[in-house]
Amino acid sequence: MITIGIGRATATVPGMRIAAFAVTGILFAACAAPGAVTTPSPLATTAPTTAPAVSTQPSTAPSASAAAVGPSCGTDPVVLNAYFETGFDLPFKLSDEFTKQFPNVTWKISQDQFTNLMTATPRLLAGDTPPDLIRLPSMVSLVKDGLLKNLDSYATAFGWDKFPAAQLAQNRVGSDGTRGSGSLYAMGLNYSLTGVFYNKKLATQLGMTDPPKTVAEFEDLLGKAKAAGLLPIMAWNDTPSGGGLAFPLQNLMAAYGPTQPINDWIFQKPAATIDTATNLTAAQHLEQWVKAGYFPKDANATGYTQANARFGKGEGVFMFNGDWQDAVYDKDLSGNVGFFVFPPSDASGTLAAMSAPLTYGIADKAKNADCAAAFFNWVATNDKARQIDVTVGGSNPGGPTDLPVPPAAAGSVINQTLSAGADVAKDNGAMDFIANATGAIFAQGWTPELQKMVGGKEDAAGLLKAVQAEYQKELSR
Amino acid sequence: MRQAADEATPRQVMPPASASQARRRYGRRIPWAGIRRQTIVGWLFVLPALTMYGLFVLQPLALTVQYSLFRWDGVGPATWVGLSNYLTVLSEPRLVETLFNAFRLVLFYSLVPVAGGLVTASVIHRIAGGRLGTISRTVLFLPQVIPLVAAGIIWGRLLSLNGLINQLLTAVGLGDATRAWLGDFDFALPAVGLIGIWVLLGFCTVLLLTGMTRIDTALFESARLDGAGWLQEFRSITVPSLRYEIGVCITVTVIAALAAFDIVYVSTGGGPGNATSVPGIQIYVLAFLERQVGLASALAVVLIILVLVVILPIQRLTRETGR
Repeated sequence: MITIGIGRATATVPGMRIAAFAVTGILFAACAAPGAVTTPSPLATTAPTTAPAVSTQPSTAPSASAAAVGPSCGTDPVVLNAYFETGFDLPFKLSDEFTKQFPNVTWKISQDQFTNLMTATPRLLAGDTPPDLIRLPSMVSLVKDGLLKNLDSYATAFGWDKFPAAQLAQNRVGSDGTRGSGSLYAMGLNYSLTGVFYNKKLATQLGMTDPPKTVAEFEDLLGKAKAAGLLPIMAWNDTPSGGGLAFPLQNLMAAYGPTQPINDWIFQKPAATIDTATNLTAAQHLEQWVKAGYFPKDANATGYTQANARFGKGEGVFMFNGDWQDAVYDKDLSGNVGFFVFPPSDASGTLAAMSAPLTYGIADKAKNADCAAAFFNWVATNDKARQIDVTVGGSNPGGPTDLPVPPAAAGSVINQTLSAGADVAKDNGAMDFIANATGAIFAQGWTPELQKMVGGKEDAAGLLKAVQAEYQKELSR
Repeated sequence: MRQAADEATPRQVMPPASASQARRRYGRRIPWAGIRRQTIVGWLFVLPALTMYGLFVLQPLALTVQYSLFRWDGVGPATWVGLSNYLTVLSEPRLVETLFNAFRLVLFYSLVPVAGGLVTASVIHRIAGGRLGTISRTVLFLPQVIPLVAAGIIWGRLLSLNGLINQLLTAVGLGDATRAWLGDFDFALPAVGLIGIWVLLGFCTVLLLTGMTRIDTALFESARLDGAGWLQEFRSITVPSLRYEIGVCITVTVIAALAAFDIVYVSTGGGPGNATSVPGIQIYVLAFLERQVGLASALAVVLIILVLVVILPIQRLTRETGR
């Protein structure tokens, strides 16, 4: 990515040149002259370029529901230009299957790490070969700059507006720049769910027969684990991975307060604040957990991959994570891993969980927007695609409510996360992730503040105040 | 559109214009074809390097200064804000803190490697001739060959809670001192500094050793005849003769500290909290995560100025007192 020559210079190179190159080189990679960019009309609706065609799909396609109506990939050769996230098999497997069913469609796939995609997406979308399909880290600023295709007309053509409204809400951006309602700018390939994974053997050792019904019951188990000399919660909290303690914190927030204000904050609704009384209670619980030694001593130096590897080797009774990790846990802890949605504070309370679409969008200037939209529709409705979504992705494929969720292998943790997802949906408890509120709130707000809490340098009240201040500063800039 | 802008601007700063001007000037003053051809040939030799320098150093530098005066997200319209980005850089505690961290890194990246390099080089020079000298030089220089990102990852493991460093501490009875070094608020910066020492010590040693081999051996011989020990030799002959090399070492290592990015990015990412956050990291976060290209550029310009302020006196000092 970016390299700055530490000690790479030889003595014959004047020092100033190295410094100037190193520093400016960072910016050179990304920028054009500010004045040279014309302002696109950001929120204008753009209709698909070709009129919805009657199905012209090849007769070899097994299940016809996908492109039966609305825009399609046609019959002429199409090369879809796609940017996928490195390390996740799902989109690759889906693209293979799509080509099998629609042989005229081939793929030009580029891939990159999520963090790199975060930095590169604006340039890719604005560049000369805008992607037909791209994994989106965040959307609001991209929509503001007119870089993403408005999908409203596709939604009408394909009948996505008949999907459960909550499914598409996170991908909607209003004309005032807030997320959660307005025009549709992205689709989820599937819908992930977060919660608490547990090591069955260790949990049984603590006397846990059923998942805890309240926060108090859960905290009781944490105390027992600590007393038994076990690590209660495996977690990551280093800077490169980002503050993983945001997972339990947000779960606690939803246990002690309603989800709506949290979502409003994430969607940047006017006057939204994270510094509320119930969130303070939540943060205080987290602080108690930290002080009681429920997290690894080296959490601040532990990354996502290491934490999962350690949990997979049997270190830690519980781990807060998402169902995208299902397949790995099933492999590492075969038959020995369980999952539950974080319990409410009161047994009669409702369930809530962070649940986010695996978001993909289409560049506003994409060549094959119709075909990419047809792919979205196919992923949500085609039997094979939905099966791949579950088996490879580990998550609910979403789509219309009348289609069944395909089964996963018996005894796998995937089945538990899928059924838990249904419970959360019943309680209407889906939340986006507090780390997604702004482009930098995770890196500049949550992560450093949670690290300070682990290091004993920040308390619950200070944490919420600092993050809220950072949030307001970023929005005002 | 972006490319068009990239292509259009360099033409104004690229050397051909000045080259042709020079040609015309010389052409008028010295009308001899031979000399003119020499001049043209000279410029032709310089041209490729000059073009690269203009394209990849001068142009981005000018653009950075330009961007720093705007509020701009990198894609959309830019708003002129004058010097307010600079005010933010110099008043926002988190950004000021990065500048302080950069100077704390100088201690590890510059002072220790240069001092340690001097001692190591003179020891090698005095007692380890021949093959032993070659081996020790090679071993010390090896970190220069290893990509810094790989080095950062390896050091991350060595410094982890169950890493080799803590195992060694436990083995010698210092088990209480073990910690996750890169995740500790007090020790993360020194730990990153340690990686810097490891990288830069060999560089300084080899450079200084090369300088030592050029010192007239008669000086050492006469000193030894007069009964001078190693320390006296070191103080009276080695260090004064190496002023120029020491200047180069300090220059390069100070820049490495102030403009640090890769080792920090890979090992700590600037954490925990902002304990190891240096300007390079913040420039990256501001430009690519916050998409505040103007503010990031302002911080970059401040960093360039800081580097110049620190380096120029060192350069002048070594040039005046050196040979």
